[in-house]
Amino acid sequence: MADPTAVGVTCTINGRKTRLEGHPMTRLLDAIRKSGLTGTKEGCGEGECGACGVLLDGTLVNSCLTPLVHASGASITTIEGVAAGNMLHEVQEAFLEHGGAQCGICTPGMVLAAIELLTRAEDPTEDDVRIALAGNLCRCTGYMRIFESVLEAAKRR
Amino acid sequence: MIPLLDNYTLVAPESLAGVLDDLSRHPGARPFAGGTDLMVVLEAGHLPEGRYVSLQHCPELLGIQEIDGGRISIGAMTTYTEIQRSYRLTRDYPLLGRAARETGGVATQNRGTIAGNIANASPAADTPPVLLVYDAELELISAAGSRRLPYARFHLGYKQMDLRPGEIIGRIILPQPQKGSVYYRKVGTRRAQAISKVCLAGLIRVEANAIQDVRIAIGSVAPTVVRAMATEEALRGQPLDADTIAAAERALPTDIAPIDDIRSTARYRARVAANLLREFLGFRL
Repeated sequence: MADPTAVGVTCTINGRKTRLEGHPMTRLLDAIRKSGLTGTKEGCGEGECGACGVLLDGTLVNSCLTPLVHASGASITTIEGVAAGNMLHEVQEAFLEHGGAQCGICTPGMVLAAIELLTRAEDPTEDDVRIALAGNLCRCTGYMRIFESVLEAAKRR
Repeated sequence: MIPLLDNYTLVAPESLAGVLDDLSRHPGARPFAGGTDLMVVLEAGHLPEGRYVSLQHCPELLGIQEIDGGRISIGAMTTYTEIQRSYRLTRDYPLLGRAARETGGVATQNRGTIAGNIANASPAADTPPVLLVYDAELELISAAGSRRLPYARFHLGYKQMDLRPGEIIGRIILPQPQKGSVYYRKVGTRRAQAISKVCLAGLIRVEANAIQDVRIAIGSVAPTVVRAMATEEALRGQPLDADTIAAAERALPTDIAPIDDIRSTARYRARVAANLLREFLGFRL
């Protein structure tokens, strides 16, 4: 059924030009998932948990708090755009090796928050990692393995 | 639960002139900044229906610049992340960077704006106590023109602001940096991502054995963030000693009116506010 209030928003997702449709106040989270990219997860839906994190023009945002219209013209990276084909990103590799992921719901947001940190911090301390991931909640790991993973990924670059 | 959006409109004009024109032609339309508060309220089903106008495409609302007389002008759409990365702000107005760092997590800091924090008008907001301590001024703009207002006069009551129809916060003006020791502490459930139970910002300058200048502002203890005028009065001109600190603590209840709510109790807030005051006066940064 056609929605008379819908708008079309053109943006780039993981390097591919994409047109997302919906009400301008639709959560970017819903528009991304509807486009078939279901790696972006919904946790709390109120900006507390970070599971819906994506990079919008290189900065971490909660896609549940981003209205669709604010994605117009933006370049978005979701978890699907992090690996290069079968080559995992060093953050993903480190998460696998250090047990940084368990049930996996928080992982896409954790990985993207970690990648954002690594783009702005040359040699992050554990404190830097804790601050960078403070907006991402995990109910499985107890966080220590996640922090180890990110510090390991930073060393490997 | 995704609310029905049929009764909402969100437009994003391509310029500030377009925004102001849209607001003037649609009485009741509201500005929409980073969305980190409004989208939460929307999701909870409490966002008033109607027209919202995004400020995303307004270069006039960006940037941190020096203006006349060494004052600093901060664009309304400046994010918490931009505040923390501004050398000028963190050097001359350290409390502002401190408050920005304690607001939400990185994702919120990347999108949340200083004017959004003001206009959301929460008494628990993290940057307003700092703006009160620094005697900030607001530049309010509309299609009809602009005016300046001391920030201390902006909040009229709980969620009530001195904003005329069609008017938005354009810029925040900070006076020349003031000399003194500063203090900021937010007490919440956890260090990151929590909304404050009590937050106190202060600046004090002691010279010739007397308090020459003191400003104290407190969040989450009244319907708006408040400047602790009676407490300041008990301190100004006095030597900074145990008697003066005791007098300030006795004056503090006049300045605050804490309540019980989902985050804390009136009793806890009154006690913590007094503790923070004592910490500020005893162990200044």
